[in-house]
Parts: sequence; C-alpha cells; structure tokens
Amino acid sequence: MMIEFWVILTGVLVGITCGIAGVFLILRKMSMIADAISHTVLFGIVMAFIITQSLNGLWMLVGAAMAGILTAYLVQLLQSSGIQEDAAIGVTFTSLFALGVLLITLFAGNIHLDVEHVLMGEISFVPWDKWTFLSITMPKAVWMLLLVLVINVAFLFLFYKEMKLSTFDYVYATTIGLPVILLHYVFITTISLTTVAAFDSVGAILVVAMPIGPAATAYLISKSVKEMFLWSMCFGVASAILGYYVAKWLDTSIAGMMAAAVGVIFLVIFLIDKLQQHLNKRAVASRGSF
Amino acid sequence: MEALIVENLSVAYDKKMVLENANVSVPTGHLSAIIGPNGAGKSTFLKAILNQLPNKIGKIEILGKAFSPKSLVVGYVPQRNAVDWDFPTTALDVVLMGRYGHRGLFKRPTKKDRAIAMQALTSVGMQDFTERSIGQLSGGQQQRVFLARALAQNAEVYFLDEPFAGVDAATEKTIIDILKNLKAQGKSIFVVHHDLQTVTEYFDYTILLNKTILAAGKTNEIFTKEKLQQTYGGKLLMMETLSGEI
Repeated sequence: MMIEFWVILTGVLVGITCGIAGVFLILRKMSMIADAISHTVLFGIVMAFIITQSLNGLWMLVGAAMAGILTAYLVQLLQSSGIQEDAAIGVTFTSLFALGVLLITLFAGNIHLDVEHVLMGEISFVPWDKWTFLSITMPKAVWMLLLVLVINVAFLFLFYKEMKLSTFDYVYATTIGLPVILLHYVFITTISLTTVAAFDSVGAILVVAMPIGPAATAYLISKSVKEMFLWSMCFGVASAILGYYVAKWLDTSIAGMMAAAVGVIFLVIFLIDKLQQHLNKRAVASRGSF
Repeated sequence: MEALIVENLSVAYDKKMVLENANVSVPTGHLSAIIGPNGAGKSTFLKAILNQLPNKIGKIEILGKAFSPKSLVVGYVPQRNAVDWDFPTTALDVVLMGRYGHRGLFKRPTKKDRAIAMQALTSVGMQDFTERSIGQLSGGQQQRVFLARALAQNAEVYFLDEPFAGVDAATEKTIIDILKNLKAQGKSIFVVHHDLQTVTEYFDYTILLNKTILAAGKTNEIFTKEKLQQTYGGKLLMMETLSGEI
C-alpha cells in the first residue's frame, strides 16, 4: 500500500513540477530547447558523478543545472554565429548526449547509472531509495521533486511579471530595462533542475513529455497565463494518476503509460476545442443567414 | 535640448552595410516621420537607437544621455506583427505591462497602476475591451492597445514602428490625434511611416532615410520633390503616377 502511495505521489509531483515548468516553455516556443536539455542533463549528471564519485542527488542537480545552462549557451552561441536555431539545437544536444553516454560506459560502467535506466527511468523503483532529512524518511525522488517544486514556485513568485512581459514582447522588455538575458538563463536553470528531478522516475526520453504535453494542452484552452498554470498542473497530475492505474491494469511500464496519458489528454482536449470552434462557426453562420 | 542625437551611426549585417554614417539631431517637442523606401534601414535605425544591435558603431543620445532603459524615458511601440497575439492575456494586462518598469523587480502592479492603465485604454477608445483576449481584437484594436501601453509608461520620447500599417481609418485617426496631443504636451515622437500622402498632414518634422540620413528638418522644408527623389530614386516616379500628387 505504502509503495503504491509513493509511486503515485512521485508521479503527481512530476505532474505538478513539470506542469509549472512547461507553461513558459510553451509560451516562449522553447519546446525543442527543453528536449535538448532533457538529453544533455545526462552529460551533467555523469560529470557530477566523475568529479564527486558519488550518486548524491544534490550534486546531480548542480551538474544538471550546469549542463542545461551550457546547452542554452552553446545553442545561443551557434545561433548568433548564423546557424539556424533547430540545427544549433540538434548539433548541441546530440553531441553532449553522446559525450554523456561515452563517459558513462568509460568511467561509470559498473554502477547504477546504466544507460537504459537513464533513458527509460523506472518509477516503480522509487520507493526503495529512501533518504532521511529532519527525521522524515521519504523516497529520494520525492525529496528532489519537492525541492525543485519549491524552486520553481519561488522563481515564479519573484519573476512572474518579468517572465510574462519578456515572453510576450522581448524588445519592449529590454527598452524598459528588464534583465531579459539573466531571466533567460535563470529560467533555463529551473528547466534543467526540473528535468533532472523528474529524470529518475520517468527517464530522459519521457521526461520531455511531462513539461511540454500538459502545458501545450493548457495553452489550447487558457485565457490568461495564470489560468494556463492551473490547467497545466491539472493535466500533469491527471496524466500521472491515469498513467499509473492503466499501467497497473495492463501490467506495463508506468512511465511509458504516464507519457501516453499526456498524449491522450492532449488529443481529447484538442478535439473538443476544434469541435467547439466548429460549432461556434456554425452558430455564427446560421445567425448570419437570417 | 535635443530629443535625439545620432552621430556617425553605422550598422552592418553579415558585412553588408545597412546604415552608413547616419547623422541627425532632432529638438524636443516634434512629431517626426522617419521615411524612406523599403530596405532603406528604417527598422535598423530604430533598433540601433533602442540598443538592440550590439554591433553598431556611432553615438546615440536621447535627451542628452546615452539610452538607459531603466530611466523609462523611451516609450517604444513595436510593429504589431512583432509579437504573438495568441499569447493568453487581456488588453488591460498588456497595457499594465507599461507600468512594470515603474514597479521594479518582485513587485506587483498597484491599484494606481491599474487606474493609469485604464485611463490609457480609455484614451485610445478601448475602455470596453479591457478583459478581452488580445487574440480576439482586430488589427487596429491591437495597435491601440500597444499605443496605450506606451502611454501608461508615461515616457518622454516615443518611437513607433509603422503604427498605421494595416489599421482601419478610425484607428489611424485616433492614433494621430493622440500623437498630436503628446506633442502638445512637449513630448517627442518618432514614427516610422510609409504613406507619403499623409506626411505633411501628420508630421511637423521629417527625417529622410536611405542607407543614411539624407535630410532632416521641418516637414515643409524637407518634404520637397527633389529631396524625395533623392531618397526614393526611381521608385518615386511610380508612386507619383499612382497617387497623382506629392
């Protein structure tokens, strides 16, 4: 019972944390950057392991954050030297990801950091890896997700209006003195942290579904950024819970089913939205014909 | 006091000179048109002034100082198509953004900011659309919202990039009335403008630009056939036949 609780709680926390992180990713049209970061954090995690020789979660967060910033910086650098954004992202993330894979096999071959685990993740192992802090014992993944959730919420609390304006109208934001470049990199850092916290449970490949899918779904139906945050978190949590129970029922990969649920929810909302638009159009058209 | 001084401004993109050695000095209190043919570098000129181009050479002063965004003296109204109007927000929210610079980091807009934003929306005739999603506004209404944001900022020098492009006649009238009103209050306004027919009616000051500043001064002295010919080259002839005047 307790094991099931921790798995669901982990999934719900992934849904909330990623749901928050995804909103500005979608609004800033940075989905591909997030995809890139979800792969390059591997490089950061491996580097953190090689340097500290430990699998301590905090060092991994630091390594991942630095890898995320490095990714964003390299993409920016290539772009400003005249390379198209998609090509810049493609080159950067495949190179860093390859480097991460090579480093794992060279220096960390016989430890827990195996490639398959990193790619696919395994949420059902989460409850066994516990950590005690302030005499509270919870799975390590839950601690990490809570920490990152606090960081994400704090970031929004401090920079909500700056993020909103620099996302909507970057040039105007610079003309009134908002620190747009700093914001960009701090935001990238929160994305990297989110990615690595969700990483352990859903893996590098599926982790990108969690920030992008629920926020993209929320974007379809939201009238304000705040509303989009609420919907995005709801869809994230719904995907996690739905994914867990369907996976249990079909006895299949929980992480895979959670990501699939993200896709299904997107599709359902998308179709409802289109249907509604169609009905509205018909209503307007029939009113016009009288 | 000069609203804008530009000295020896040059900008290159990929080794191709877009602006070369541009010089202009405009006193405060004018409503100025920046005109020139397509590809003359008007947008580049504006971007250079607003500090968007790290590779520019030359000196630019606004009200006697290098442009400092924090001072909020510059009110910028971008081209309407410069932003994504599907962004989930309302008209009032966009206008409130004009107050963000006054609040500083970590602080939310206050009641007073809301009142100022409402007033700005009212002055552009958009008071009935405050809670409307910006994606549902017409092009002219979107342009009015952008102008209202600059008004809410309460700047001293305004830069508008093609504010009349693709807007309805009522919006054009509203915008020009507001700009003339700002000028009457002693503010300085610069407008990148396309429509040569309205220049003499709208603007008391004109800057002719094609790769460099070819002429600048009072519209009645600058807006002459010879100077326009010089700016537009052969293209003017076509426009002359089309519009039948100038």
